[in-house]
Amino acid sequence: MERIKLTIDGNPVEVEAGTTILEAAQKIGVHIPTLCYHPELRLEGACRICVVEVEGMRNLVASCVYPVANNMVVKTNSEAVRRARRTIVELLIANHPQDCLVCSRHGECELQDLSRQLGIRKVRFSGEKRDLALDESSYSVVRDPNKCILCGRCVRVCAETQSVSAIGMANRGSDSIVTTPFNLGLAEGPCVGCGQCINVCPVAALREKDDTERVWEALQDSKTHVVVQVAPAVRAALGEEFGLRAGSLVTGKLVTALRKLGFDQVFDTQFAADLTIMEEGHEFISRLQKRENLPLITSCSPGWVSYCERFYPDMLPHVSTCKSPQQMFGALAKTYYAQKAGINPAHIFSVSIMPCTAKKTEAARAEMQASGYRDVDAVITTRELANMIREAGIDFANLSEGEFDLPMGMSTGAGTIFGITGGVMEAALRTVAEMLDGQELPEVEFQQVRGFAGVREATVRIAGQDVRVAIANGLAQANRLLERIKAGEAEYHFIEIMGCPGGCIGGGGQPLSKDPDIRMKRATALYRQDMLKKVRKSHENPAVQELYRSFLGEPNGEKAHQLLHTHYHARSRY
Amino acid sequence: MEDRKCTGCNCQQGQDPRFEELAKVIEEYRDMEGALIMVLHKAQDIFGYLPEDVQKFVAQGLNLPLSEVYGVTTFYSYFSLKPRGKYRIAVCLGTACYVRGAAEIVSAIEKHLNIKVNDTSSDGRFTLEVSRCIGACGLAPVMTVNEDVYGRLTPDKIPEILNRYE
Repeated sequence: MERIKLTIDGNPVEVEAGTTILEAAQKIGVHIPTLCYHPELRLEGACRICVVEVEGMRNLVASCVYPVANNMVVKTNSEAVRRARRTIVELLIANHPQDCLVCSRHGECELQDLSRQLGIRKVRFSGEKRDLALDESSYSVVRDPNKCILCGRCVRVCAETQSVSAIGMANRGSDSIVTTPFNLGLAEGPCVGCGQCINVCPVAALREKDDTERVWEALQDSKTHVVVQVAPAVRAALGEEFGLRAGSLVTGKLVTALRKLGFDQVFDTQFAADLTIMEEGHEFISRLQKRENLPLITSCSPGWVSYCERFYPDMLPHVSTCKSPQQMFGALAKTYYAQKAGINPAHIFSVSIMPCTAKKTEAARAEMQASGYRDVDAVITTRELANMIREAGIDFANLSEGEFDLPMGMSTGAGTIFGITGGVMEAALRTVAEMLDGQELPEVEFQQVRGFAGVREATVRIAGQDVRVAIANGLAQANRLLERIKAGEAEYHFIEIMGCPGGCIGGGGQPLSKDPDIRMKRATALYRQDMLKKVRKSHENPAVQELYRSFLGEPNGEKAHQLLHTHYHARSRY
Repeated sequence: MEDRKCTGCNCQQGQDPRFEELAKVIEEYRDMEGALIMVLHKAQDIFGYLPEDVQKFVAQGLNLPLSEVYGVTTFYSYFSLKPRGKYRIAVCLGTACYVRGAAEIVSAIEKHLNIKVNDTSSDGRFTLEVSRCIGACGLAPVMTVNEDVYGRLTPDKIPEILNRYE
């Protein structure tokens, strides 16, 4: 590879040919502000915030797209550069609602950050403010086109990372907007509710549907018994909202915070994850033995399920009929738990805390009423929980460590790793291998299914046969994998698909982060928790065993089917 | 796309022979680069404009996201999402025409037809649009009515010109 030598702000740099000025600057710790640029997305060069001066060139260049050249002399903070950047930000602000004090992104807004960073104290221009209707059609994501600064990051993540393309740029010039086709709203198109668009939005043009008020109401009502479940990925990320190091595991503090908020029972979605493995494991073994509807594809990720219903309806028979852990938990909270605790299920309000925005849509599906009531009443994201904790004045970082309530708070390490891409597969293999082999696994960890590559595959030897498995994370990667299967280029027995890159730890409801290693750090936290668990295999969870003994009967039995399994619908994406 | 039958809307595609014609166009262009714009052109020729069900049909046929199709149809002024009149008036708002009073021409037409820019007259005869420079600056201000070009316009000439179109 050819090496290029250049100077940035007087410092010599040597980089590979094809590197952009921005990347070269980052390499030597020179910070160039950006807005439309996102390290995981295609380059756009649209906003011009990252302009720099290149000696000998008449105009400033956008450093995020401009490649380095030998002997180039770059200035990133000359007077011309500073003036241009300030003008761009002023023009953006001129069209932007000035309601920062009551904005959902207050303190986490890249436009606000830029304005502060550039020291803008007054805006010379007064632009046209739009008064467009909010798109509140989706249970998961709310769009506020008035706050949009047209950076296009949401459009790119929706198309490139997720291959959904629910939103796009429409119109031209000063009429340009990001919108759904014919302005019909997210619920009318292919949107799967994954919320990746929220995570990349620099402002408050995209946010989750806020359900905290409904949770507060339930908590305030003394006649309502409020139970809560927490997904694994939440405990590996919530600490970030309170200044703790990324990758901090805050399970105990999280439990204490939920008790302080007034939840009557604090349970763990990981319990239901173990249960999912029991059901899905038996489903897999049965399909494997009958050679029927293989590959089996996991169904834990509601973003993926929605995607399959819209983009691969012919693959639906392959998708496990198991509900996701959230919905299994919901069905049991108002049956098993209600019965055990002697509480009328009509008085139970079931809340789940999820790293995911698609879970909101999942909980609202008409099928999800196995208990005779809506199984999960409200879903809030990790971010929404952080807001509630802040509003309640809880000093999260200094909380003592609490323990989940029993029995539905008991879980294994297998339930923990559900939050990471490959984790459901690994948890399933731990159980399926022991069930088929009839003997204890010499090694619990299946390293061959771990990692962050978009598509991974492995062959696992179980009971004298080769079981071929594959894992995809992010819907564009799922698309890639499924196309190969349809073309006959690949064949598997078992596939795990997660709607978001990295799995749930990278979900659309997680704390906003600019740390490029954030998913890895959160994953490491969950793998550590798995290692520290005394029980690491779902079928060895004593509370799950007790559930089958005293309530459900056999895995995949009649009662299990009625409460824990579901069906899917082909849906139009146009 | 295995199935090009429309499932997502209540349109009349089953009965409308124009969709069969459009399906043939899609078949012809689908593997070509830049097929979308070519197909949309033809679709507008067939239907007169590009309503929602036509755009969905094109998206489905070319296996493209509807958001991409909608992005293209709303970007180019050539494409219309609303039904248009028998005669399409386009007043040039390029620099030369603009400085020579194109805005007054637009007002005169709006007044004469009792419509605004981008609207169609209630009798379905005229649609009023504005365009970028059409390269007839020497005749500024200029407008076109379908294929006919009119130059050196003044507001008082408008009624007489428009009355020529039945």
